[in-house]
Amino acid sequence: MTAEAAGPLLEVEGVSVRFGALLALSGVSLNVQRGEILAIIGPNGAGKTTLLNVISGFYHPYEGRILFEGRDRTRLSPPDVAELGVARTFQNVALFKGMSVLDNLMTGRLLKMGGHFLLDAIWWGPARRQELANRAFVERVIDFLEIQSIRKTPAGKLPYGLQKRVELGRALAAEPKLLLLDEPMAGMNVEEKEDMSRFILDVNGEFGTTIALIEHDMGVVMDISDRVAVLDYGRKIADGPPEHVRKDAAVLDAYLGAGHD
Amino acid sequence: MTEILYGVFVGPFRDMAGSPAFLVEVLLGGVATGLMYSLVALGFVLIFKASGVFNFAQGVMVLFAALTLVGLMERGVPVVVALVITMAVMVGLAFLIERVVLRPLVNQEAIILFMATIGLNFFLEGFGEMVWGANVKKLDVGIPDRSFIVAGVQINQLEMSAAATAAVLVAILAIFFQRTRIGRALRAVADDHEAALSIGIPLKTIWLIVWSVAGLVAIVAGIMWGAKSGVQFSLSLVALKALPVLILGGFTSVPGAIVGGLIVGVGEKLGEVYWGPLVGGAIENWFAYVIALVFLLFRPQGLFGERIIERV
Repeated sequence: MTAEAAGPLLEVEGVSVRFGALLALSGVSLNVQRGEILAIIGPNGAGKTTLLNVISGFYHPYEGRILFEGRDRTRLSPPDVAELGVARTFQNVALFKGMSVLDNLMTGRLLKMGGHFLLDAIWWGPARRQELANRAFVERVIDFLEIQSIRKTPAGKLPYGLQKRVELGRALAAEPKLLLLDEPMAGMNVEEKEDMSRFILDVNGEFGTTIALIEHDMGVVMDISDRVAVLDYGRKIADGPPEHVRKDAAVLDAYLGAGHD
Repeated sequence: MTEILYGVFVGPFRDMAGSPAFLVEVLLGGVATGLMYSLVALGFVLIFKASGVFNFAQGVMVLFAALTLVGLMERGVPVVVALVITMAVMVGLAFLIERVVLRPLVNQEAIILFMATIGLNFFLEGFGEMVWGANVKKLDVGIPDRSFIVAGVQINQLEMSAAATAAVLVAILAIFFQRTRIGRALRAVADDHEAALSIGIPLKTIWLIVWSVAGLVAIVAGIMWGAKSGVQFSLSLVALKALPVLILGGFTSVPGAIVGGLIVGVGEKLGEVYWGPLVGGAIENWFAYVIALVFLLFRPQGLFGERIIERV
């Protein structure tokens, strides 16, 4: 391991984000360690999604820095962040609804396909060989997520739970170093939640992918995460192993509402 | 009363059945015009899909491309060289538009971007005329405007070449967007900007590509229409005919633009020839808009467009 690889994968240092008069995040610092599953929790409007958007480059903080693998990348655009190896899913499933599941995943694979974006407009020759090699990887993801039977179905026609799974697949197709999941289990039934939890644990276990996720279901959070960070009113109020955070007074306060009305 | 009903519902069909060769001629003419409408409409659809911008300047881009080509040819530049230079000019234009117009306006409302393209429209119109002059120019692409007869059907060589070229171009574009990596990226951007960004598709590159392709399509459309009716300001009005095509086909559908163009082309020719005499002719100029109006009433998303669902 190089010295660089020894540090945290992602470091968020004192990040503040402001929307007009609203301070969505104020001075949030957070590390994501290599290989861990980090859950980010907090009441509605606590700034969880904003934090994810800052990490993936959709928002830029007006204060603070973000380091990925030790390098400052605070002001990169979303495509550049993706190129560094960060993939994400969205709270309200953002799939390419008109495309088949397979095409969605292949699109997720776009960055792994080398060659010049403009020059390989012709499908034949090297571009075609590439297509096949990448297709093989995508098929592995499809097998892994057990979505073989729907690979040709347009993504928009799938039930919500499956759409979430396909969106995870699209993120996995990019072989990310860091996977950001925004409420991967929102709106799912118990069975779907169990499936999704299993996939998340397997991704982490088998590929060693580092995962940061936002989730509301406390049962799930306590079960699958190595560490939990709690946000409230744009500040981080707790950070630690699930069993500690569960008993933290400030967290109980934020959730049970004392001083919050 | 019976006479009117006869004239609308019986007479035209009797005429069609009475002279099939003539009917085929009319249909061919309609298809030829329709393919060219499709071509102009395609330029709109590409840009609208990828960037959500309704490009008001598409018609003037056709005029500008044709003006540039004719202007170069008038100055003694060989056709092929002039064509290559025109292509370079249109790609350069796409690059400038992305830099100067789109990038500063990113994340603005659709109406703002639409207004920007109206500005672009006037700029290109004035700039084109300033550089190349405002007089009507003849565009001679080397295909004679003569007709020959096959199996009793009169066929115009120029029209058929134009139709064939348009058909080939439309096919190439369709394959390009279905099969290649860029095509996939483009469809991704059209479906969901945020998701596309998050998987590493650079919007700027995509915009450059669609505006370039729209520019190249404009060249072909400019040559087709220019060869038929001369290169002049009215060329940019061809784009107005693309509006009913878009309403028919749906603003976001490539196949829709093709089918919509054919329906409008064939529909207005049939209307003109068979129903025109009932109202004293000249149906061709407004028939397409009536079709569009009917569609707006009953199927506002068009034949192939995404259905508009307002979430509450």
